[in-house]
Amino acid sequence: MSPATKYETHEHDVLIIGAGGAGLRAAIEALAQGARVGVVCKSLLGKAHTVMAEGGLAAAMANVDKADNWRTHFRDTMSGGKYLNNWRMAQLHAQEAPDRVRELEQWGALFDRTDTGDILQRAFGGHTFKRLCHVGDRTGLEMIRTLQDRGVDLGFDVYMECTITRLLKDGDRVCGAFGYWRNSGNLVVFKAKSIVIATGGIGKSWKITSNSWECTGDGMALAYEAGAELLDMEFVQFHPTGMVWPPGVRGILVTEAVRGEGGILRNKNGERFMEKYDPKRLELSTRDIVARSIYTEVREGRGSEHGGAYLNISHKPAEYVKRKLPSMYHQFKELADVDITKGPMEVGPTCHYVMGGIRVDAETGQSTVPGLFAAGEAAGGMHGANRLGGNSLSDLLVFGRRAGLAAAQQAGKCPATAIDNAQIEAAERDLLAPFTRAGGENPYKIHENLQDVMQSLVGIFRNDEDLRKAIVELEKLKARAANASASGSHVYNTGWHLTRDLQSMLTVSEACAHAALARTESRGAHSRIDFPKTEDAWGKKNLIIAKKGSAMTLTEVPRGAMPAELQEILAESK
Amino acid sequence: MADATATLRVFRGDAETGKAVDYEVPLTPGMVVLDAIHSIQANQSPDLAVRWNCKAAKCGSCSAEVNGRPKLMCKTRMDSLPPDQPITVFPIKTFPVIKDLVTDVSWNYEVNKKIPAFKPKPNAEWKMYQRDVDRGQEFRKCIECFLCQNVCHVLRDHDKKQDFGGPRFFVRTAALEMHPLDSRNRIPLLREQLGIGYCNITKCCTEVCPEDIHITDNAIIPLKERVVDQFYDPLTMIVRKIFPAK
Amino acid sequence: MADSSTLKGLTRFGSTQRRDAWWIENLPFIIVFGGFLAYATWRAIENNYFWVAPYLSPFYSPLIDPHHHWWPFSPAFLILGGPGGFRITCYYYRKAYYRAAFAHPLGCAVSEGHRGYSGERKFPLILQNVHRYFFYVVTIILAFLWYDTVVAFNFNGHFGIGVGTIVMLVDVILLTTYSLSCHSLRHLVGGKLDCFSCTTFGKPRHAAWRGVTILNEHHMFWAWVSMISVGLTDLYIRLVASGAIRDIRLL
Ligand SMILES: Cc1cc2nc3c(=O)[nH]c(=O)nc-3n(C[C@H](O)[C@H](O)[C@H](O)COP(=O)(O)OP(=O)(O)OC[C@H]3O[C@@H](n4cnc5c(N)ncnc54)[C@H](O)[C@@H]3O)c2cc1C
Ligand code: SF4
Ligand code: SF4
Ligand code: FES
Ligand code: FES
Repeated sequence: MSPATKYETHEHDVLIIGAGGAGLRAAIEALAQGARVGVVCKSLLGKAHTVMAEGGLAAAMANVDKADNWRTHFRDTMSGGKYLNNWRMAQLHAQEAPDRVRELEQWGALFDRTDTGDILQRAFGGHTFKRLCHVGDRTGLEMIRTLQDRGVDLGFDVYMECTITRLLKDGDRVCGAFGYWRNSGNLVVFKAKSIVIATGGIGKSWKITSNSWECTGDGMALAYEAGAELLDMEFVQFHPTGMVWPPGVRGILVTEAVRGEGGILRNKNGERFMEKYDPKRLELSTRDIVARSIYTEVREGRGSEHGGAYLNISHKPAEYVKRKLPSMYHQFKELADVDITKGPMEVGPTCHYVMGGIRVDAETGQSTVPGLFAAGEAAGGMHGANRLGGNSLSDLLVFGRRAGLAAAQQAGKCPATAIDNAQIEAAERDLLAPFTRAGGENPYKIHENLQDVMQSLVGIFRNDEDLRKAIVELEKLKARAANASASGSHVYNTGWHLTRDLQSMLTVSEACAHAALARTESRGAHSRIDFPKTEDAWGKKNLIIAKKGSAMTLTEVPRGAMPAELQEILAESK
Repeated sequence: MADATATLRVFRGDAETGKAVDYEVPLTPGMVVLDAIHSIQANQSPDLAVRWNCKAAKCGSCSAEVNGRPKLMCKTRMDSLPPDQPITVFPIKTFPVIKDLVTDVSWNYEVNKKIPAFKPKPNAEWKMYQRDVDRGQEFRKCIECFLCQNVCHVLRDHDKKQDFGGPRFFVRTAALEMHPLDSRNRIPLLREQLGIGYCNITKCCTEVCPEDIHITDNAIIPLKERVVDQFYDPLTMIVRKIFPAK
Repeated sequence: MADSSTLKGLTRFGSTQRRDAWWIENLPFIIVFGGFLAYATWRAIENNYFWVAPYLSPFYSPLIDPHHHWWPFSPAFLILGGPGGFRITCYYYRKAYYRAAFAHPLGCAVSEGHRGYSGERKFPLILQNVHRYFFYVVTIILAFLWYDTVVAFNFNGHFGIGVGTIVMLVDVILLTTYSLSCHSLRHLVGGKLDCFSCTTFGKPRHAAWRGVTILNEHHMFWAWVSMISVGLTDLYIRLVASGAIRDIRLL
C-alpha cells in the first residue's frame, strides 16, 4: 500500500517540530516568506516549556542603562560561556535581540514599562547592565502567547498532541517525519521540503529538574538518528535556585529574578557565602558558580534544614515583591507554606538547561543534514559552556527567525523528494513494539532509575569513575528499555508514550555522559573534580557526537580563530 | 506520617463508558493531587491518561475536578482535602472526555480564531506607560487552563458553544480592547458571535481562576459597559455619532 | 447527592460532586434581601411616620406631593423606583438573585438541569443594560438625601446633633459610597478609555478610575451595608415618629 492511503498524510513546505518560542518564531518567519507551514507539538498549543520561563529576555536595548550596547552583551555572553560559544552566534544574538523584542511588542506583547514609556529592564546574573525585558516573573507566558496569537493570525496549521518519532530521508536530505497522535494513537506522516527542529531541552533525564515532561531531548535524538551532529553535550546547566522542600515540589524553579531584584543567599549560619566565592558579583554571579557554591555549602555541612541554602527577598517591601515576583509569591505560599515577603525560601540546584545540542550553521540554523534545521534549546553552540539567564528567550527569537527564514528559502529551491515506505514501516514497528511485549517492564521504573543515574553520576560535580559507571548503567537501562511494555488501548496511553520518550532520553544521556568523560577539564557548567582547572587547550575545541553505523562516536573538532574585531571587543573588558 | 495513605477515586474511561476506580496512594509532605496521579501511573496503572506539563501552575494543562471543584491538580495540596473520604478526581465536565482525565478542549482553539489579533494604530510611537498596560497585563496572566470555560454554566449546563465565547475569550478580548495602541473594534463581535449577553455575571469563572484574574469585574463587566456604549445607550450613541472616536 | 461514577449522572438539577456546603452562600441573601424587600414595601404602603423634625426618612426623600393633590398613593412609590431600579440592575445584585432566585446557577459546578436559558440577551433581562441611567437618577436622589442630612442638623433654626442626625449622616455616606463603587461609574469616569496617557484629562481620569476601582473591589460589601443602613435609618425615624422611642439630643 502507498503511504498516502495507509497513513494520514500532510504536506508542507516547512515542517516545524516544536511549538515553543523557537518553533513559533520560526513558523512566523517561514509564513512571512509565503511558505506553507505546519507546526507539530507534543502538548497543546501554548503549553510548551517556554511558557514556564520567568525572569526575562536579554536584549541590549539600553532603556535603563544607557551605556549598554550589543558589544557589551556579546562580551558578557562569551565570558559567561567561558569562551566556548560559537562567536558568530553570540554576535548575531547580541546584535539582533533588541529588534526581536520590539517585534514582539508590535505583535501585542505588554512588557513592564519604565517611567518614560519604554520597556523596563532588570539586572540578571552575568549581565553587566540591566538588560532583561520582562513581565513580572512570567515573561515566557507573555512571549509564547504573543507568538501563538501572531501565528494563528497568519494562519499556520498546528498539529497538537502529536509526537514525531522519526525523520524520513530521501538519500541525504530529510523529506518528512513520522509520528503518532497522542489522543488516538493513530499514525501520521508529514511530507516536507525542510524541517526545523525546535524541540527544547533534555532535563527530564535528571531527578531534580525544573523541566517539564516534554524535555526528553526528542529533537536531538531524532536529528542524531538522521545523521546530524550533536555539539557540546557535556554542558548541562544546573540552575542554582530550585525549590527543595516539600519533596513534591523539589526542583521547581525559583527564578533568578529573585536575585535580580535584590535577593540574598545565606547558609544555615547566616553567612552571605557568595562573598567567599565571587566577592564582586555576589548573588548575581553566573549560574555555574552560584550553583556550585550552594552545592559546596551543603556538602560541607552548612546547608539549610532540607539541604539547600536560604534565599531572602523579605527586606524589600511586601508590595514590591508581590508586584515584581507574583508567581514566586504564590508558588511558595501555596506549595510550601512560605510567605516570601516575610521569610526566606529554601533553594538548591536543579537541572535546567542544556547548552549543547544539534550542531548548526550560525547564519541559517542548518544542521549537517541537508534540509534539516534546528533552533532554540535543541540547537547547540550559542551559549558555550554556560548560559546566562535571559539569553535563552532571546536566542529562541533570533535563531528561530533565522532558521524559519532559511528553511523557507531552501524549501523554495528543494528538488522533489520521495517518501520511502520501508522507513515508515520500520518506524511503525519500533513505535508499536511495546504493545507486543506483554509482561515487559513498566517504563516508569526505568525512567526513575535513569533519573537516579544521571542525578548521582552525571550531576554538578563529575569524575572519571562516576562517568564510566554511568555509561555502564546507561547500557543496562537501554537493554531494559528495549524490553519495556505497554498495555491497554492506543488512546492517550501515557505509559506507551513514555516507552518512546525513554529512547530519546537514553540517547541524549549517553551523549552527555560520553562527552563529559572525554572533556578532562572544568569549564562553565562542566566541573570535573579530578580535573578542576580550565585548560586553554580545551578551549580550542568542541566535542561532537554522531552516529556512525549503529555506534555513537565522539570526535574533537578544532575551533577556528575568532575574527579580530570580535577579539577586540573581548579585550576591551580586560 | 510515613505510612499515611489516601484514597483517590479517579474516573477511568471514555465518553461512552467509564467508572470511578479507587487507588490507595502513599502520602508525602506537601504532596499535590498531580503527584498522587503520577504515583498511580508509576506504580499501579501506567496507562492512566492525564495532561500536565509544568507541575508549577504555569501552563494550565492539568485541569480537573477534584472533589467536584474545578482545580489545577498541580496546585491542589492533598492536605487541603478532607482525609477521611476518598478524593474524587474527574475530568472537567464541559468538554468531551477523550480518556480518563483528558478532555477534548479543541473547541476553545476554534473560538480563539474568531477574535481578530492585535492591530497597532498607524504611526504608533511605541511608547506605553505602566498605567496603560496594567489592565492588559492582568488579563495576559491567563494560562488557558479553561477552568473558567468549564465552570461557566452557559457552557456547562446550557451548552451554548455555538453562540458563546466563554470567559477565557472575554479575558482575551478585554486585553485587546484595552490595549493602548490597538486600533480594532471588537465590540460588535462580542455582542454577536461571542454572545457576551449570555453571561449573567454570576462570577463562577472568577471563583475558579487559578491566576486570580478578576474575570467578571475587570474583563466582562467593563466589556458589557462598552457594549452598552455602542448598542444600548442613546446618549453615548449620539455623542459617538457627533465625535467619532478611535 | 450524585456521586455517580459515570459522567452522565451529573446533569440533573442540583447534582454535583462538591462536598462543601455550597448552598449556604445563597441563604444570607435570601433572608436579608427578602426581609428588606418586605419591610420596604410595607413601609411604603404604610405612608406614615416618615417625618419627624428635623428628620426625613430616606424612603420618602425627596418628599413629593405628601398631601395627595395629584398622587393618590404613598409618595414613597414615586421615589423608590429609582433606588430600587438601581439595585435591581446593579451588577452585584444581579449575580446574587440570578443565583439565589433563578438558580442560574445555584452554585458553581452545581448542575442546573436542562432548562431554557437566554442570559441577558432577551426582554426583559436585556433591560439590565440601562443600569447607568438608574445611576443618574440615584445621583439626583442622593443630592436630596445630602440636603436632608444637612437639614437634620437644624433644630428649629439652631445647630444641633441628635442620634437621628448621626444615623442619617452615616446612611448617606454609605449610600454615596455604594454609588461611587458602581461598575457603570467606573466605566464612565475612565474605564472606557484604552489609553489614559493619550487622552485629554487622561491623568485625572486615571486617578478617578483608580479611586472608583478601589471602592469597586468591595462593591458587594457596600451594597450590603448601604441596604441595611437605609433600612435601619427608616426604622429609626419611624420609631421616633411613631413615639415608640425618643430621639436623644447629643449637642
Ligand atoms: C522554569 C524555567 C524558567 C526559565 N526561565 C528563563 C528565563 O527567564 N529566561 C530565559 O531566557 N530562559 C529561561 N528558561 C529557559 C527557556 O525557557 C528554555 O530554554 C526555552 O523556553 C526553550 O524553548 P524552545 O523553543 O527551544 O523549546 P520548548 O519551549 O521546550 O518547546 C519544545 C517544543 O517541542 C515540542 N516537542 C518536543 N518533542 C517533540 C516531538 N518528539 N514531536 C513533536 N513535538 C515535540 C514540544 O511539544 C514543545 O512544543 C527557563 C526554563 C525553565 C525550565
Ligand atoms: S460570570 Fe459570566 S462568564 Fe463567568 S461563569 Fe458566570 S456566566 Fe459564565
Ligand atoms: S482566565 Fe483564568 S480560569 Fe480562565 S483560562 Fe485563563 S487562567 Fe484559566
Ligand atoms: S501542570 Fe502546568 S498547570 Fe498544572
Ligand atoms: S454596579 Fe452595582 S450599583 Fe452599579
